[in-house]
Amino acid sequence: MSATADRAVPPHWAEERREILTNALGVGVAVGAYGISFGAISVTGGLTVLQTQMLSALMFTGGSQFAFVGVLVAGGGAVSAIGTSVLLGVRNAFYGLTMAPVLRVHGLQRAVAAHLTIDESTAMAVGRSVEHDDGRASRFAFWATGLSVFVFWNLATLAGSLGAGALGDPRAWGLDAAIPAGFIALVWPRLRDRRSWTIGLCAAAVALVLTPFLRPGVPVLLTSVVAVIAGVLAVRDHVPSVEDYDDVATP
Amino acid sequence: MSATWWAIIAATLGCYAAKIAGQSVPQRMLDRPLVLAISDALPVALLMALVAVQTFAVGQHLVLDARFAGLCAAIVALLLRAPFLVVVIVAAGVAAGLRTMGWAT
Repeated sequence: MSATADRAVPPHWAEERREILTNALGVGVAVGAYGISFGAISVTGGLTVLQTQMLSALMFTGGSQFAFVGVLVAGGGAVSAIGTSVLLGVRNAFYGLTMAPVLRVHGLQRAVAAHLTIDESTAMAVGRSVEHDDGRASRFAFWATGLSVFVFWNLATLAGSLGAGALGDPRAWGLDAAIPAGFIALVWPRLRDRRSWTIGLCAAAVALVLTPFLRPGVPVLLTSVVAVIAGVLAVRDHVPSVEDYDDVATP
Repeated sequence: MSATWWAIIAATLGCYAAKIAGQSVPQRMLDRPLVLAISDALPVALLMALVAVQTFAVGQHLVLDARFAGLCAAIVALLLRAPFLVVVIVAAGVAAGLRTMGWAT
């Protein structure tokens, strides 16, 4: 790698650009798989095709979208659905924190950049060194991946929600089992050590114990207390915070 | 407008607020060890709680049905490094198969 820090076009930029675009397309296509299941689960759960599409276009953060629909489908109230999805979206604030110094955008560009700040765009951007090219490749990876995922995620959502209407009884197709499978697949890359397993299993236990006593949706929301306790303990034990976009491939 | 629409609008605004906050607020406001540690733990806690509830709960009741077999199949698929869509399809297929055979509800 060249160590020059000037703003001129870095050597091998054409190849690097092509490689970034290829990766961005690949990630977009892969994310489409989530989009299809999201569309299908949302519509069989009772949301309209338009509501489902609005979530993908305007909320545009997969974990929160799945949680929102999952809580509503389970009979949880609107407040629980909103709370759970927003809490899951909090991590995007920390992605923004990481990306802001690299992107250096203002006004409308910043508003769009914020919308595209998700797991994939951040992961692909932080995977590029910013030292040798003043962040050019990192910025390009962020925008290319963000836009690619946005397009594929929305197309896939539409395909899934239109296709789901033709299915009939969702239980006969096992679609109710697809929802927890989707969540375990989303959390899987984050379960990388004993600490994260402990947090996850404690939260699962708390949610199940509270289920008979509270409205659907509220037990899940209350497991954020487990996260707060885990955070306090981690700071006390000086556990370094893990950059959680490193190997997470969720929208 | 229906309650669902209002919920969609509120949740969407909340999620966007988190995104724009990260791009806009001064670095030092979010860059604290406790804030970082809690935000690290939040997705794991919430997603695992959702896994548990979506597998075992029907309303406020806990039941053991075909969804649990589907979840086990999904975990096997994840251990075999299957991609997302395969994991979901395997889980749905196992649950649907058990129901078709009459071996589970």
